[in-house]
Amino acid sequence: MTSLQLFLQQLANGFTLGAIYALIALGYTMIYGVIQLINFAHGEIFIVGAYIALSLVLALGGGFPWAVVVVIMGVGAMAVSAWLGLGVERFAYRPIRRAPRLNALITAIGMSFLLQNVLMVFYGPNDRRFPNPIPLMRWDIGGVSITLMQVVAWVMSGALMLSLQALVMRTKLGMAMRATSQDLNACALLGIPVDRIIAITFAIGSMFAAMGGMLFGLHYGTINFHDGYMVGLKAFTAAVLGGIGNIPGAMLGGLALGLLEGLGAGYLSSQWKNVFAFVILIALLLFKPTGLLGERVTDRA
Amino acid sequence: MRFKKFVTWQWAGVGMTMLALPLIDPNPYHLDVLTTSLLYALLALGLNIIVGLTGLLHLGYAAFFAIGAYTYGLLNLHWHWPFWIGWIPASLMAGVFGVLLGAPALRVRGDYLAIVTLGFGEIVRIAFTNLDRWTGGPNGLLGIAHPTIWVPGRGWVSFGVSSAPYYVLACLVTLIVIGVCVRASRSRIGRAWVAIRDDELAASCAGIPVLRLKLLAQGCGGCIAGLAGAIFAAKQGTITPDSFDFILSVMILAMVVLGGLGSIRGAVAGALILGILPELLRGFDEYRMLVFGLAMILMIRWRPQGLFGATRHRRRTRYVRAIPA
Repeated sequence: MTSLQLFLQQLANGFTLGAIYALIALGYTMIYGVIQLINFAHGEIFIVGAYIALSLVLALGGGFPWAVVVVIMGVGAMAVSAWLGLGVERFAYRPIRRAPRLNALITAIGMSFLLQNVLMVFYGPNDRRFPNPIPLMRWDIGGVSITLMQVVAWVMSGALMLSLQALVMRTKLGMAMRATSQDLNACALLGIPVDRIIAITFAIGSMFAAMGGMLFGLHYGTINFHDGYMVGLKAFTAAVLGGIGNIPGAMLGGLALGLLEGLGAGYLSSQWKNVFAFVILIALLLFKPTGLLGERVTDRA
Repeated sequence: MRFKKFVTWQWAGVGMTMLALPLIDPNPYHLDVLTTSLLYALLALGLNIIVGLTGLLHLGYAAFFAIGAYTYGLLNLHWHWPFWIGWIPASLMAGVFGVLLGAPALRVRGDYLAIVTLGFGEIVRIAFTNLDRWTGGPNGLLGIAHPTIWVPGRGWVSFGVSSAPYYVLACLVTLIVIGVCVRASRSRIGRAWVAIRDDELAASCAGIPVLRLKLLAQGCGGCIAGLAGAIFAAKQGTITPDSFDFILSVMILAMVVLGGLGSIRGAVAGALILGILPELLRGFDEYRMLVFGLAMILMIRWRPQGLFGATRHRRRTRYVRAIPA
């Protein structure tokens, strides 16, 4: 394997990881954009999505075409997570929307503990093997092997992101979401159902996280109830890297972080890869204090 | 005269009762839980200076605690520094790191500052995990000496593994730090910190050296965390990087917010509640952290301003206000 091939291979691996991060980062960024809340429970919603997908693939068993299984897993995980996102918003965030912003951060942390431990009670504390219904096919393109799973991940996340971009930029709902993120009070005065828009934002963000969760399970082959924490942290980092509150920024940040990690794991030791991501992030923020694509300077907490 | 005004009878009573507790309730488990909670209280007091008074959202505070613990641990293991001297460099080192981190990080604001501090916390933890040669890697430092005390007739006696002496030590240190914090928050510097929190632009227009005071806040907060870290290392005898993760940082933040931002008694109360609550829930076993998370949500829901919400200063509420849907 030549050095160029190694580079391209790491790039392909990093790209898959990046797509997953981007999907989760989108939820962080959308929720932050609308109500300026860092939703720490988002990582847990992601891992709930992964567990729902696991339950579905176990329940379906063999005998179905793999594409059908994947679609059912994806749709099921997204549906349950959307419902969960709505519940979290209704239970933990809406009642305290008038309170100082740090409070919502604390309830988010409480919510994260709660969901994590609900998962632990339901699914047990050990790693769970994640059966992969996608047949193990690989193509050899110039010495770089691409698996079918990777292609599926790219296609699914790409389609989702494009449809989100279309939703936000082209539809009335998207316009209402953008308006809400600009000025909540003015929107409320204009008769936009702000509460409903916020709830929908949570639902959509959670759906994306769930899809990320399913792909994460397929990619790594095992999941644990703890995984939501570190992956959530990474996705949050990705969102900030791209400029939080900015949807294309989240995609870019997610991909960039995934690529960095792929390359970092390939060339540096894999133990230091997490540090690498954070160092890049800090260095970037010092030169560009609002992230790659961010413009808004937010006030302090 | 001033001292009298500062230490009221009420507070002297509370302090005495706390110090005398081992005589009333010598149960080592209770004292152990309380000692841990007091260390949390120290951390919450330090973070309160950074987040509560100065308004800098810090999500990597556990790193300072780690730096203090490792500094004392390494000094003790390699050069046999006793605890009573070792805590000083431990505290200073954490303070220095607070300033060092602060200098570049304070260019970024708000949630971006939060992520930079979070990143710093993770970097410190991962660095301690991977610098095997110096820090023992994931296994941490083993065999750090316990503090010793000179007893007439018996010479130097180690604190050992009994819980009462650590409790008394933590209690004394906490009381002193509370005193320092009260004095600091009422001083010109303390008022300048609050001014920066409430309106940075106005503060800088009024001639407050904003950057310098922000660095000072980070340094002070770091020093207190480093001191707590040294006590922690001396008490445990063993430290591993796992003890200083992001969860600890957010727990301390939760204590500060639950108690009421900027309130000193709030920080202590929040630390005691969040320190003791999980232990009280031991009976629920696997539902313990579940109930704990629920309790955190409900506490914030019932008292959004925290237990001892600051009444002296109106907090800025430029966030989402009442929305008629």
